[in-house]
Amino acid sequence: MSKALSKTATQSPGTYGIMAEFADSSALIHAASHIRDAGYTKVEAFTPIPVHGLDEAIGHKASRLPWLVLAGGLTGSIGLFGFMTWVNLVDYPMNIGGRPHFSWPAFVPITFEGMVLFSAFAAVFGLFLICGFPSHYHPVFNAPGFERASTDGFFLCIESSDPLYDAAKAKSTLIGLGAHAVNEFSE
Amino acid sequence: MQSSKQLKPPVTETYDSLLAPGQSLNSVTTKISDLILFPVLKTPVGWIVGFVAAGLLLMLYLYSLAALFTYGIGIWGINIPVAWGFDIINFVWWIGIGHAGTLISAILLLFRQDWRTSINRAAEAMTIFAVACAGIYPLIHTGRPWLDYWFLPYPSTLGMWPQFRSPLEWDVFAISTYATVSVLFWFVGLVPDLATLRDRSTSPIAKKLYGLFALGWRGAAKHWQRYEVASLLLAGLSTPLVLSVHSIISFDFAVAQLPGWHVTVFPPYFVAGAVYCGFAMVIVLMIPIRKWFGLEGLITMKHFDVMSKVMLASGMIVTYGYFGEIFYAWYSSSIYEYYLIVNRFTGPYAWSYWALILFNVLIPQALWSKKLRQNLPVLFFVSIAINIGMWFERWVIIVMSLHRDFLPSSWAAYTPTFYDWSTFIGSFGLFFVLFLLFIRFIPMIAIFEVRDLVHKTTAHPAKHEESNHTGA
Repeated sequence: MSKALSKTATQSPGTYGIMAEFADSSALIHAASHIRDAGYTKVEAFTPIPVHGLDEAIGHKASRLPWLVLAGGLTGSIGLFGFMTWVNLVDYPMNIGGRPHFSWPAFVPITFEGMVLFSAFAAVFGLFLICGFPSHYHPVFNAPGFERASTDGFFLCIESSDPLYDAAKAKSTLIGLGAHAVNEFSE
Repeated sequence: MQSSKQLKPPVTETYDSLLAPGQSLNSVTTKISDLILFPVLKTPVGWIVGFVAAGLLLMLYLYSLAALFTYGIGIWGINIPVAWGFDIINFVWWIGIGHAGTLISAILLLFRQDWRTSINRAAEAMTIFAVACAGIYPLIHTGRPWLDYWFLPYPSTLGMWPQFRSPLEWDVFAISTYATVSVLFWFVGLVPDLATLRDRSTSPIAKKLYGLFALGWRGAAKHWQRYEVASLLLAGLSTPLVLSVHSIISFDFAVAQLPGWHVTVFPPYFVAGAVYCGFAMVIVLMIPIRKWFGLEGLITMKHFDVMSKVMLASGMIVTYGYFGEIFYAWYSSSIYEYYLIVNRFTGPYAWSYWALILFNVLIPQALWSKKLRQNLPVLFFVSIAINIGMWFERWVIIVMSLHRDFLPSSWAAYTPTFYDWSTFIGSFGLFFVLFLLFIRFIPMIAIFEVRDLVHKTTAHPAKHEESNHTGA
């Protein structure tokens, strides 16, 4: 009860979270792993380049995207191979010089192209689905200076929905970890 | 804006590195995004002149297509037996050019070759536009292009299906898949850069448009992780795709029984030829772009050196193919194969065979010399020669095999008409209109990948050097 009260007391209404900017990727990875070890769970980093090791530092799990792509590839290849087999054996059999209807080697190129096409669709649209795109509005865009996240700014955000969220405490922790600008921002 | 002037790298050539020294994340982002983030009304005169010229060629193209649709393919020089002429020559030529872009963006990504970074975006754009130019030829060469949907398997009231055992039907799937996957791969690569442009542009319209296509990209660590997985998978898919596309195109010939076509070496020989011609086209486009936009700090002499070496290597494979063809003719003891080679050496179109040898085999030998590789005018000339040479290669394969059939009674000659030429020259209009729009409105260098390269080389220079050595 007292914990809930203190939370509402420190959190201004409509706050989405707190955004800290770091000098470079190694400072960001260092800070992210400390924040994760402190028990925060609603944490995300924003960087202008893919930073290797950052997702482990925050605690993101490996992506399931490869499985989606595998499913897409199997759909495309099995689907097209099955379709060509059905056409040539059942729906539209044609005798060409007495060759077998089920001339599967001749189906290989189209089967392959179907595999590539459906895998690529799964990779691209699966990526958009997993990332929630298109999402043209997101609260992090309200953080001051956030436009630099696509140039040279390395940011770490703790969301106010985190059970451990306490703006003052989070701010001092982040500054202690080397952040040079820490701001709360609204939804 | 002020910082961009200060940070503009001096025009000194860099020979041993992929980036001019002294670059930062901010400097490369500013440099590349400032090339396009300025008001439309301040577009340089040079661009407008180029756009008008390309637009006129595009008009010529549209006129040629209108004439074709009105009168039919009789306006071309094709006949029986030379039923494939400029249409298929140009189709194979354009799609071969496209392959270099996929090679740079996909295969070199898998091999972790950092030198692809500054050139992959423009090369991929070149791929898409070249595939667009290529794809139009098979669609229009059918005589009744409004019935082209017959290519596709759909449940028609005629109760018929396409012939899935035919290489021509394989082409339909290969080219449509290639075009679709190239566009998807390109768009995915663009998303983080569009977000950069959204965040940097000052015009509200540009901000909205770039923001619309950036899909809400915000550089979240989770998104980057997924993004890298998706890029790697797309590269892994595109690599066999690009090899399959040109192999399937070579099947259009190799599966037929004509002398000069019925050869098992065609798939690798065609793929090497595509890489050869495509890299030449990348160099032809990059030399002027680099100069006009002052990109000497990002596209260095080392890039040209590496690309020349790829060109030389693929050129030697192609040359090996030419010798191979002569060898088969002798070794097979087939009078038709033997006659084909004699006809190539001394027949009515012998000039085109010797032009092919000159442009594709002799002139590119200049690339063995490092001094000539690093001389941009020479490199530009050699690359143009290779593009012409590869066009002649398709001419030699198609016209010279078709015009001398098995029976002398069915021999004929082929002469391209005005409409053959206007459709070919006009297709450059389509290509350059698209390419000029691309360099005006879309970052022609992948900004986030260059940032990544800057970050890797500045944050861990020692580690990067080490990985470079193990990679080489």
